Amino acid sequence: MDSKNPIESSPSIEITLNSSSRRSNSSSHSKASRGNSVREVTFGDLGSKPVRYGSRGADSEGFSGSQKEISDEDARLVYVNDPEKTNERFEFSGNSIRTGKYSILSFVPRNLFEQFHRVAYIYFLIIAVLNQLPQLAVFGRGVSILPLSFVLLVTAVKDAYEDWRRHRSDRIENNRLTWVLVNDQFQQKKWKDIRVGEIIKIHTNETLPCDMVLLSTSDSTGVAYVQTINLDGESNLKTRYAKQETLSKTPEKEKIRVLIKCEKPNRNIYGFHANMDMDGKRLSLGSSNIVLRGCELKNTAWAIGVAVYCGRETKVMLNSSGAPSKRSRLETRMNFEIIILSFFLISLCTIVSICAAVWLRRHRHDLNTIPFYRKKNFNDEDKDDYNYYGWGLEIFFTFLMSVIVFQIMIPISLYISMELVRVGQAYFMIRDTLMYDEASNSAFQCRALNINEDLGQIKFVFSDKTGTLTENKMEFQCASIWGVDYSGGKDSSVNEQVGHFVQVDGKILRPKMKVRIDPELLQLSRSGNNTEEAKRVHDFFLALAACNTIVPIAFDDASNPTVKLMDYQGESPDEQALAYAAAAYGFMLIERTSGHIVIDIQGERQRFNVLGLHEFDSDRKRMSVILGCPDKTVKVFVKGADTTMFSVIDRSLNMDIIRATEAHLHNYSSLGLRTLVIGMRELSDSEFEQWHSSFEAASTSLIGRAAMLRKVANTVEKSLRILGASAIEDKLQQGVPEAIESLRTAGIKVWVLTGDKQETAISIGYSSKLLTSKMTQIIINSNSKESSRKSLEDALRMSKKLITVSGTTHNNGGNSGGAVSPVALIIDGTSLVYILDSELEEQLFKLASKCSVVLCCRVAPLQKAGIVMLVKNRTSDMTLSIGDGANDVSMIQKADVGVGISGKEGRQAVMASDFAMGQFRFLVPLLLVHGHWNYQRMGCMILYNFYRNAVFVLVLFWYVLFTCFTLTTAINEWSSMLYSIIYTSLPTIVVGILDKDLSRRTLLKYPQLYGAEHRQESYNSKLFWLTMIDTLWQSVVIYFIPHLAYWGSTIDAPSIGDLWTLAVVILVNLHLAMDVIRWSWITHVAIWGSIVATFICVIVLDAVPTLVGYWAIFDIAKEGSFWLCLLAIVVAALLPRFVVKVLYQHFSPSDIQITREAEKFGSRREFGAVEIEMNPILEPSRR
Amino acid sequence: MSNNTASSSAGANGSADSAAPRRNSKRPKYSRFTQQELPACKPILTPRWVISAFMLVSIIFVPIGIASLFASRDVVEIVDRSETACIPAQNRSDKVGYIQSSADKTCNRTLRVTKRMKQPIYVYYQLDNFYQNHQSRSDEQLRSRSGENETSSCEPEDVINGTAIVPCGLIAWSLFNDTYSFSHNNQQLQVNKKGISWKSDRDHKFGKDVFPKNFQNGSLKGGAILNTSIPLSDQEDLIVWMRTAALPTFRKLYGKIEQDLLPNDEILVTLENNYNTYSFNGKKKLVLSTTSWLGGKNDFLGIAYLIVGGLCFFLAMCFTVVYLVKPRRLGDPSYLSWNRTPGGR
Repeated sequence: MDSKNPIESSPSIEITLNSSSRRSNSSSHSKASRGNSVREVTFGDLGSKPVRYGSRGADSEGFSGSQKEISDEDARLVYVNDPEKTNERFEFSGNSIRTGKYSILSFVPRNLFEQFHRVAYIYFLIIAVLNQLPQLAVFGRGVSILPLSFVLLVTAVKDAYEDWRRHRSDRIENNRLTWVLVNDQFQQKKWKDIRVGEIIKIHTNETLPCDMVLLSTSDSTGVAYVQTINLDGESNLKTRYAKQETLSKTPEKEKIRVLIKCEKPNRNIYGFHANMDMDGKRLSLGSSNIVLRGCELKNTAWAIGVAVYCGRETKVMLNSSGAPSKRSRLETRMNFEIIILSFFLISLCTIVSICAAVWLRRHRHDLNTIPFYRKKNFNDEDKDDYNYYGWGLEIFFTFLMSVIVFQIMIPISLYISMELVRVGQAYFMIRDTLMYDEASNSAFQCRALNINEDLGQIKFVFSDKTGTLTENKMEFQCASIWGVDYSGGKDSSVNEQVGHFVQVDGKILRPKMKVRIDPELLQLSRSGNNTEEAKRVHDFFLALAACNTIVPIAFDDASNPTVKLMDYQGESPDEQALAYAAAAYGFMLIERTSGHIVIDIQGERQRFNVLGLHEFDSDRKRMSVILGCPDKTVKVFVKGADTTMFSVIDRSLNMDIIRATEAHLHNYSSLGLRTLVIGMRELSDSEFEQWHSSFEAASTSLIGRAAMLRKVANTVEKSLRILGASAIEDKLQQGVPEAIESLRTAGIKVWVLTGDKQETAISIGYSSKLLTSKMTQIIINSNSKESSRKSLEDALRMSKKLITVSGTTHNNGGNSGGAVSPVALIIDGTSLVYILDSELEEQLFKLASKCSVVLCCRVAPLQKAGIVMLVKNRTSDMTLSIGDGANDVSMIQKADVGVGISGKEGRQAVMASDFAMGQFRFLVPLLLVHGHWNYQRMGCMILYNFYRNAVFVLVLFWYVLFTCFTLTTAINEWSSMLYSIIYTSLPTIVVGILDKDLSRRTLLKYPQLYGAEHRQESYNSKLFWLTMIDTLWQSVVIYFIPHLAYWGSTIDAPSIGDLWTLAVVILVNLHLAMDVIRWSWITHVAIWGSIVATFICVIVLDAVPTLVGYWAIFDIAKEGSFWLCLLAIVVAALLPRFVVKVLYQHFSPSDIQITREAEKFGSRREFGAVEIEMNPILEPSRR
Repeated sequence: MSNNTASSSAGANGSADSAAPRRNSKRPKYSRFTQQELPACKPILTPRWVISAFMLVSIIFVPIGIASLFASRDVVEIVDRSETACIPAQNRSDKVGYIQSSADKTCNRTLRVTKRMKQPIYVYYQLDNFYQNHQSRSDEQLRSRSGENETSSCEPEDVINGTAIVPCGLIAWSLFNDTYSFSHNNQQLQVNKKGISWKSDRDHKFGKDVFPKNFQNGSLKGGAILNTSIPLSDQEDLIVWMRTAALPTFRKLYGKIEQDLLPNDEILVTLENNYNTYSFNGKKKLVLSTTSWLGGKNDFLGIAYLIVGGLCFFLAMCFTVVYLVKPRRLGDPSYLSWNRTPGGR
């Protein structure tokens, strides 16, 4: 430890760190410098311009460079403090919100209208309507609308409940109070009464009622801090500014005559365009001048603004719709089978109508007298034909009636059960403790409910690197200063470090994060400015502490009242890491206000004037700050990516140091570290004046401000003296190498798409075991179309050679015998520019499909989406994208399944995703365990539902053949309607949610089992046809055993109908039971319960004297033949299926089958060891 | 991997943080249910299970089959087909004309008892090719007087001259109207026609206050005429008839002979051949039969049980052979697809 006591030396500059001084921090909060990170392109700028004087804003123009004029028709005019005038010409919406869809009156029609958007319901409806026609009435009127009304009712109740909750929250929201300027004084007003144009005052910690443009704040420089956690989930504070021109006005006292002309309401929460006409001057407003509904005001006593968007036109409301829905692959396949089933249905109906036609033809002379089919009404004088419409129509009616009778051939209930099953599956995925991330306190989220089973068929995983494979928790690792590498810190452990601290107001102030420290460098940094070396170190850390946009916020340590912790709030984790590092070495950023920063340098407070700050942009890839130092010199500090920094460093100076730094940089990046180069120079007075005038001019200009500022920045960022380079470790997330290994074993191809440098990407590739030393690397870096074509061709040739002449051409040696040498393709964004969207795509795809690993570096967000589409368009394989940042949004939306990591980089990725989780490694349980289960369950369920309905329809069909084609049914009409609602629906849903073919442990132990889904083992057309043949057999058995047993007996229709009903239900449930793998008590209850419930229903139906079948079940159940029939049906119907199953399992057992047996019988010898082996994936989150 | 194991300040900090109980943790609560680890039984088709299942089925089915065959054999059944025999030879060219004419249709048949028949002996008539499932009937009307006008489902036999027909509908209209009387050794055999219908039907389905009305008043008679002074609940022939048959060949109970019949007894049947089955080529049979625990005489169930039981026995043998000749060790990892194909993934 240094002998200097920080407590003694600290009061040299008196600063009171109270809340107001913190609040007055201003400016210097710019788009983060992200060095070599990926996130160069986001949705426009979040921060604002760090200009001291004059106006700021309009920086949301982003890269377009020029300011858009808003044409009158696209604009909305807001007369500030004149809501009457504002609202007289346009119908702007008021601020009351209605997220509820329905009112009491509109509920029924609107809800019905929405529900009938589904084709399935239309089918239901048509059938029900057909049945209402007297000629076609097969079922009673009440019965026929039962299924439809049941489904509609269930959905309506669900919708109504959700809507009621929304209404309730709307009411609470609408009745919240805020201060609104009325008659020159602020009065409390309900949120719902706020109108566009009104001036609103918000106090600290209050929520904003609408989108408003800031006019003034409690801060003298017009800064307001807002927390946008409700909007985008980011918890750090964002700075917003009031215009300098409006800042001085107090609306209570003076009338403000301001007209704001802004764009129409839109969904972009990161952009805003407006002009403000004030006293004849025109000012431009940008996204930094607007605060949005849903944000909270923090660290600012009050803020006054004018409402520009209200109610449903606010950006948060416009954004409140869900993610675009995707359709699961299984469902698409299923629809194909449904078409086949419709053909079955049509052919059954055709057979019935043809037979009916033949019968009518043969009996055409007797039709008037046959006692059971009499067409003439003898009771009327005119002797009309009763119910007979002539040949053609009779046949047509027969057809329609048979459609009504056989309607459940199309398993409508399947859609409903599938939805329920998916909800259940989602519940289990969300509740899985192994997918809960302790660090970020985030459980698994299931945002899309209809693609659960797609998780079981993923073949390509496209992963982002930063924040996905890595933690995006930056840690300062080592530095190269003045050509000397200080990386000894690796050896010392953190715990020995007390850490740097300063004393303020009798309290100890220490940085929140501790940083690993190199003792030698610490010594040097504390030795003052004596030696040249120490001076460089001083400048280096000064640069780290000053050249950023961090806002320091001190807060009390909960555990120790004498300690205050310094939290560095910033948008870039790299900057935070650097600021913490500087603090650890004694350069602690303590205060930032609009014009200056205070840095505690080794216990000595120094005040630096921030004369200007050029924020990071993607062209320059660097940022710079111009500081007026206490010794009256003006210095410019620059930090940025090595590629652009070396071009602005004066190479004539210290050539050896530059070389040494370059060597260190290479070293660092090959270790997987993120590097930044830091340079500085002193500005002479004339240079400063020149820069200052052009900077002022640029920052106040209205048009093309960003481009002008960039130009100004380029004039000052030149001939720098190199100070050194910093290296930040982007820590690999826990369990990533193991996860990648498992995914690869499972036959999933993992592609990493990153914006990082090639070296960094490759090194992360090695550390994450994506790349191994056995792999041959093919690297494509080209910068023209021709060269990329050539390198692609070469690569293709090489990969072919590698695959055919396996094992001989290894780069890194290693004799893998006969095994095929895996190839890794590494390609950069520049090459992709030429390859994507051209004819070279095809070649790239060919090449990439030969490679076991593909690593794309330096790719832009749209290129990521392009690569996903490259694969998606050419194969039928399922793709999954996983990422955490805004730059991954496009790729997440393009892929079949999008997974968002709820990490540090905001929530855009999560908002766009189908599933969201905390860690990359959860992908393994998600795909291998839940994906496997979901797919197996869903596949079984669909097949079973087809079977279940078809078998019932076929039984009806056989009976129709023996009823003279009159389409009367022996089975009670209620039973046939309840069949798919009560009798058989619950077990399939329960099994679809709960059944597990293999345990989690086995699935994780043998990732290869995932291949079963790739081969579509549980749902394919072979299985479909086998099931249909089985269905046919079973229906024959069900129908004909009672038919033959009761032929020529006194049996009446309702009795034999009850027998068939019970037989079908028992058989169908036993059929399901045969496929159940895990019998938990819930499964038992569902399956046996359904059978019992069916008996009860049949008994209840037969106890109603108004129904035809009164007492039938009691009568038939007295006879032994009833029970013998049931038993014979069950055994004979299931026998073929059982035999086939046994034969199949014996002669060609599937992998799943074998591992299941191993799970049961091999547990003693094998499974003890597995638990330990699986620790990396299972254990970390289990405590 | 070193970067994983190396402890970092942040990591240490984080774990210290989480060690303290978090107020706002989103960690899902652990339960065996939510983790899908409920205790469960996981049956697997081992050879032993398969063979014993087949054996069990055959052990159960074969005896049942034999028993039901015996039961079926024990039933004594006398069937007499009468529809053609009861038409005088000269009228056989126009059967429909004959049956619709008002000629005397009495017809005598002689039945010979082959085996001793124990009482009660059931007398059935059996119709063939008759599709009784036409749904022209009104259960409301049958049940109570208040439902008299509920005839909408009865077309075309719903109303006559604006007033409701009771019982309405084609089913009632086509009520069977052949009558049988039996004599044995010149002695009248009493046929008990009480209690041939279901008690539940008499008590709840057919009203005591419902009397036939306008029945068979149309120009075309379908069948029997009902006594208008007897309530429907006592019209047992109608009640039996209204229990619509499930299949086109069916029997309906006509009455019971409560007296044993001995082998070689000759029974003289006098029947009124009124019912028109000729318009649809239907057969008409008279059946005298005893019953067993299984119901009537039907060998089908017994044969079916024997076939299934025998098949299962055969399958059990087959699988025993298969498991002996070509055994597979259950759960043997060497059968896994990635272990079978060398050089695979």
